[in-house]
Amino acid sequence: MLKVEGVSGGYGGALVLRDLSFQALPGEVTCIMGRNGVGKTTLLRAIMGQVRVTKGAIALDRRDLSSLPAHQVPLQGVGYVPQGRRLFGPLTVAENLEIGLMTRAKGQATLDRVLQLFPRLQERMDQTASTLSGGEQQMLAIARALCLEPKVLLLDEPTEGLQPSMIAAIREVVVGLKASGVAIVLVEQRVEAVLGMADRVAFMDHGHVAETVPRDGLTAVSSQFKHYVGV
Amino acid sequence: MAFGPYLLLALMEGLVKAAVLALTAVGLSLVFGVMRVVNVAHGAFFMLGAVLAYTVAQYIPGPAALGWLAALVIAPMIVAAIAAAADTLVLKRLNYDPEATIVATIGLLYILEQAALSFFGPDARPVEAPFTLRLQLPWFGFSGYKLFVILAAIAILLAVWWFMTRTRAGLVMRATQVDRQTARAFGIDVDRVYAGVFALGAALAAIAAVLLVPISQSHYLMGGDPLLLSFIVVIIGGLGSLRGTVVAALIIGISDGVISMFYSPTLAKIIATAAVAMVLVFRPQGLFGARA
Ligand SMILES: Nc1ncnc2c1ncn2[C@@H]1O[C@H](COP(=O)(O)OP(=O)(O)OP(=O)(O)O)[C@@H](O)[C@H]1O
Ligand SMILES: [Mg+2]
Repeated sequence: MLKVEGVSGGYGGALVLRDLSFQALPGEVTCIMGRNGVGKTTLLRAIMGQVRVTKGAIALDRRDLSSLPAHQVPLQGVGYVPQGRRLFGPLTVAENLEIGLMTRAKGQATLDRVLQLFPRLQERMDQTASTLSGGEQQMLAIARALCLEPKVLLLDEPTEGLQPSMIAAIREVVVGLKASGVAIVLVEQRVEAVLGMADRVAFMDHGHVAETVPRDGLTAVSSQFKHYVGV
Repeated sequence: MAFGPYLLLALMEGLVKAAVLALTAVGLSLVFGVMRVVNVAHGAFFMLGAVLAYTVAQYIPGPAALGWLAALVIAPMIVAAIAAAADTLVLKRLNYDPEATIVATIGLLYILEQAALSFFGPDARPVEAPFTLRLQLPWFGFSGYKLFVILAAIAILLAVWWFMTRTRAGLVMRATQVDRQTARAFGIDVDRVYAGVFALGAALAAIAAVLLVPISQSHYLMGGDPLLLSFIVVIIGGLGSLRGTVVAALIIGISDGVISMFYSPTLAKIIATAAVAMVLVFRPQGLFGARA
């Protein structure tokens, strides 16, 4: 279980996260919603050790993450799909995946499993990552994170700018991961996608989680969407 | 000597210069490419390689080849260790800020030069070549050692290329070059990679120097020319592009050899510097660099 407790942090002197708490359970999809600039990406980056945390605790299965240097966080089993994908563009698909495999010393068996989820990548192993289509790039970003066999997977707006068929494909992967017991944290802005994938939704406002609502408590017209996301 | 053979000799001398220059410049290019650090102390690492080669060769008794071989192994290792220490103690603390690291490496340059002056003295000192084979061509004789320098440089450049493209360590370096933040998110210890790259870049300069000393001399101020020429080569080739660096080293090294022989070394440097100016004006990304 990923547990974020009372975390404050941000860039330089500016606090973006203020006393933020939330949890992500294995086998569940926890969605994070909130307006642009509210700090969703900052939260994921804080978990990855990329943003200075001044207060509070971040723990994975009781192992403290917030005191680790950034490069040791993924070793604990945290996979990260950053906003905007941030692939290693000049490297090939195979090399991008190799980096993911190296993170936690996984091998061919893991790669085979991941490629089964993304057959289109299999055909493009020697292609330069930056020349993939937007959808393929997003698949590679997810595949790269899955190569470390994460216990927790952080996805930052993976469906941004993708067509419906790609979104459906990503959703299928998320549902499959959930079934295999991965704790998934999904930053997502589309109500429809959230309702299709979430088990719980954490609404962010003013740098912290203002409200957490189980999926069953939400419909497309729930007031929270209007209030916290403005849609 | 007739013009043809004379030109051939000039070309061969130029190739030797190009070989040494390519090794040195690839080191500089690697450091800039991966770390975005403009290493002004690169020439000082070169000088240190040469001066240490002299020192090591002094201490090893027996045939000259043994002393030189020992220098080829030991001098780059010492230089690499000094570079790694400089990275950790200085550059890392500056957060690899592009401007601060320029100033810091200028400081490093002076520290290394003054240290060399104190320990090795102001005299130029020769290092004996490992072998003295002379290749007799119909028109002139050519040092077999110089030919060896060319071949050794090619072998080392191929090894660097293989290392960067075919090994995990090379892959990690390339990933770090693209995006260090994301590299960290995949378990890459960027601090270690940087120390390694800085050490590798310095070691390449040192290896180039050890190759060069038997046909030149070691001196505490000898780092200036390799630094200037490496910058010229790296800019012409395209910052951070290893392929461009090698091609530019060939162009600059060979034209330097030819112009030096037919006219004067000074004219060769003037033309090379003018070439950089032209590249900066008309093709700022270099011959092989990606457009910014
Ligand atoms: N590297 C940075 N340095 C300084 N401030 C930053 C940095 N990155 C983000 N911020 C600021 O932190 C705040 C939160 O940004 P963040 O990217 O976390 O928002 P977000 O919720 O992910 O927004 P979006 O929905 O647009 O992706 C914003 O005000 C932003 O300007
Ligand atoms: Mg964001």
